[in-house]
Amino acid sequence: MATNSVDTVHVNPQLTKKDFTSDQLVRWCPGCGDYAILSAMQNALPQLGLKKEDFAFISGIGCAARFPYYMSTYGFHTIHGRAPAIASGVKLSNPDLSVWQITGDGDSLAIGGNHFIHALRRNIDINILLFNNEIYGLTKGQLSPTSKLGLVTKSTPLGGIDRPFSAGELALGARGTFFARTIDTNPKLMTQIFVESSRHKGTSLIEILQNCVIFNDKTHGAVTAKENKDDFQLHLQHGERMLFGKEKNKGIRLNGFKLEVVTIGENGITEDDILIHDAHDEDTTKHMMLIRMQPPEFPMALGIIRAVKAPTYDDLTKQQYELSKENAKFSNVEELLQSGNTWEVK
Amino acid sequence: MSGKQQTEELEKVVIRFAGDSGDGMQLTGSQFTLTSALLGNDLATFPDFPAEIRAPQGTVEGVSGFQVQIGKIDIFTPGDEADVLVAMNPAALKSNLQWVRKGGNVIIDSDSFEERTFKRAGYEGNPLENGSLQDYNLIEAPITSLTKTSLQGIALDNKSVVRCKNMFALGVAYWLFDRSMDQTLDFLKAKFKKAPLLVEANSKALQAGYYYAETVEALPSNYKVPAAKIEPGKYRHISGNQAAAWGIIAAAEKMGKKLFFGSYPITPASDILHELSKYKNLGVTTFQAEDEIAAVCSAIGASYAGELGVTASAGPGIALKGEAIGLAAMVELPLVIIDVQRGGPSTGLPTKTEQADFNLAMFGRNSDCPIIVVASSTPSNCFSFAYQAAKLTVEHMTPVMFLSDGYLANGSEPWKIPSVKDLPEIVIPHARLNGQEFHPYVRDETKLSRFWAIPGTEGMEHRIGGLEKENITGNVSYDPANHELMVKVRQEKVSKVAGFIPDQEVIGTGSGEVLVVGWGSTYGSLLTAVKQLQGAGKKVDLAHFNYLSPLPKNTEAIFKQYKKVLVCELNMGQFAAYLRSIYPEVKIEQFNKIQGLPFTVMELKEKIIELL
Repeated sequence: MATNSVDTVHVNPQLTKKDFTSDQLVRWCPGCGDYAILSAMQNALPQLGLKKEDFAFISGIGCAARFPYYMSTYGFHTIHGRAPAIASGVKLSNPDLSVWQITGDGDSLAIGGNHFIHALRRNIDINILLFNNEIYGLTKGQLSPTSKLGLVTKSTPLGGIDRPFSAGELALGARGTFFARTIDTNPKLMTQIFVESSRHKGTSLIEILQNCVIFNDKTHGAVTAKENKDDFQLHLQHGERMLFGKEKNKGIRLNGFKLEVVTIGENGITEDDILIHDAHDEDTTKHMMLIRMQPPEFPMALGIIRAVKAPTYDDLTKQQYELSKENAKFSNVEELLQSGNTWEVK
Repeated sequence: MSGKQQTEELEKVVIRFAGDSGDGMQLTGSQFTLTSALLGNDLATFPDFPAEIRAPQGTVEGVSGFQVQIGKIDIFTPGDEADVLVAMNPAALKSNLQWVRKGGNVIIDSDSFEERTFKRAGYEGNPLENGSLQDYNLIEAPITSLTKTSLQGIALDNKSVVRCKNMFALGVAYWLFDRSMDQTLDFLKAKFKKAPLLVEANSKALQAGYYYAETVEALPSNYKVPAAKIEPGKYRHISGNQAAAWGIIAAAEKMGKKLFFGSYPITPASDILHELSKYKNLGVTTFQAEDEIAAVCSAIGASYAGELGVTASAGPGIALKGEAIGLAAMVELPLVIIDVQRGGPSTGLPTKTEQADFNLAMFGRNSDCPIIVVASSTPSNCFSFAYQAAKLTVEHMTPVMFLSDGYLANGSEPWKIPSVKDLPEIVIPHARLNGQEFHPYVRDETKLSRFWAIPGTEGMEHRIGGLEKENITGNVSYDPANHELMVKVRQEKVSKVAGFIPDQEVIGTGSGEVLVVGWGSTYGSLLTAVKQLQGAGKKVDLAHFNYLSPLPKNTEAIFKQYKKVLVCELNMGQFAAYLRSIYPEVKIEQFNKIQGLPFTVMELKEKIIELL
């Protein structure tokens, strides 16, 4: 499976991070998590063995959507929520491009919710980076579809009463074939996931828990804070046990139909009781349970949670071109115009 | 022809088929049309069907009609009034009698006239007995029972047998107008290739209708409409939607691009999607998007990636696409938007025609956002104007709205097949590297359009977006003077297109009392009305517009040659208001109809005569 092949990464010796940095001044707020994501991306692209001109970054609207201006590749900053549709058109028309869609929680899950689920359903070979900061930053601090229940914002002075979405659950509900979660405080993990998502054939969704230092600071603190790192981050690796904790002595076990946190050595628990992560499992049940895990009861699952094979829309499109050619009664417009019922007037 | 009745020769005739929407009237009408076309008649058709797929049987709401005018003279419209109505039930009679000329022939299926069906159709009593048909030549034919009798011995259930009655009616019409049944017999063989019993049943019903009409004395005479004097060449029959689809594919092939068509189903535009989805072998990608917005956005994505991006819809869908069209205008990418207009606002009259999206096409975006707008005026010239729309959008790197409407989309006519090699060349403004740093908004001096730099090309990596940008470099810019410059450049770019489109033509002498002005699908009725008045010695000319934004550059000069300018439209006067705003010195009068129906030649003539 392509997503598991870190060791086959081709490093293009000509290109470095600097080659992917544009001449535009980066204008995010100081301390914004977006800087780290940009840097991780600029580190990831040279590892993909592609040329600079082969990348297209497509974004919608929001803080995250400024991303393409800062990349020295092809880039298209479009309109609010519509980037999946535009990226789909780009990929279907120019399948050789590596297409990256940059979006946020408002862009993808509110105004662009429909396009988001349909892109995942079709499984077009694009990569979607969802910067989830649980707030509207660019419009200066309103509730977003991922804001925690009760969050006080400019638009919810008494606290938000909308129940939040989970990007991962939505993606799996839309039959997404690749879902990974990472955090803006872990550049290494981000770069690794970007590289692997690019190798996945189909729509890859990468949720990045990103901090908005101005309007929703530390919203992911329970996961990302230094003191929580060991106990509330579960770094998943396909084929490996779900272990975490400073001593790697804590793990996730399936108890009946539910996950639970257990400690090796306590109550007779051994390493054999700990679940082995299977990112390639067609069945979404365990992936859904992993996605739902939240502190303080559970650690947050990070890494590639799901990566399964399924036909991509772009490949099926190509197949239909071929099929259509085999059965065609005409091969150009001149012949089409002359086909069927015609008559001669003398 | 061996009938005992006389044969009368006619210059033109209008026939209308009407029945329940499940009765196969569209098929009957289109078969009659195709046979007439093969015979060499000029013709025009008008399908008139309800929005509901199968409204309750026997009700006026469920009636589906198909009108066709055939002639040995040039035919520009499906005709104001029918000379012959074939009504398959009381509801069809009730809703269609208004379209029959006094003295015309009304053929009804007498089997369908009974107490129960009158009531369903909303008649108080039997319309055949209350004198309401005394001005018409009524022919009562027991179509259902004769169909059953003629199909005795064929192992089909009663329902399938009864469904053949439309072929019986078609047979009657074939005899009445002296047409051969061969084309339809061949068609049936092909259509029911896998069901020989249906071929046999439908063919027999067709023949039974023909021979019934020949034998029965109820029909006063049959008619001959000889072949029209048509320009020699190879012809085919084509509808507006099919022509639009083919025009777009032809343009894509001519420019050496693949066609990407992003669309969401909507009446009356869906047939363009159906048509294009058949041609994957010609490099056509059809993408049925999740909504109208995704449809246009996917097309913009395709254009950005270097292919020809096209979307199509009707008014409600175009309204949804507005923001994205603004994006295409802002980033200056090619995009063809096809609007097959229908009655509105909101859901309005989905299957009826209207020209009320003119303002939407011109102004339906936030801020100052001019685009190119063209309109077709006959079913077959949907090909040329779809082609032109594609040519203009790439050559000027500006979105083009192509306006068609329900009347053109579903209407059809014979079309002289063009040769692809004779279609105008399309020159793509591909960006080139000239050793200097690449900038995405370097402009062509004469057109002011930018160049198309396609992702995947080395050395042209660049960023574009919906934010205002600095001219030439394309860098985001909030500079006040730059914004004003850019707004003006985008307008000027559209205005300059006037130098690349043909001058406006006038049908007539070029000056006089009244200039009739129209645009889009009203061409046929306006032309017929004006020609008839010109024939009667009236000083009336016609200027019918296909290029709406920008207008042809000789427009004002034309208007100044007339005492009065009368703008006729199927809306409240949108084009008239636009012309008044551009040419305030010209006195512009207007004539409007907002009934979901085309103009009749009669009402146009009356209005024009008022002004003379």
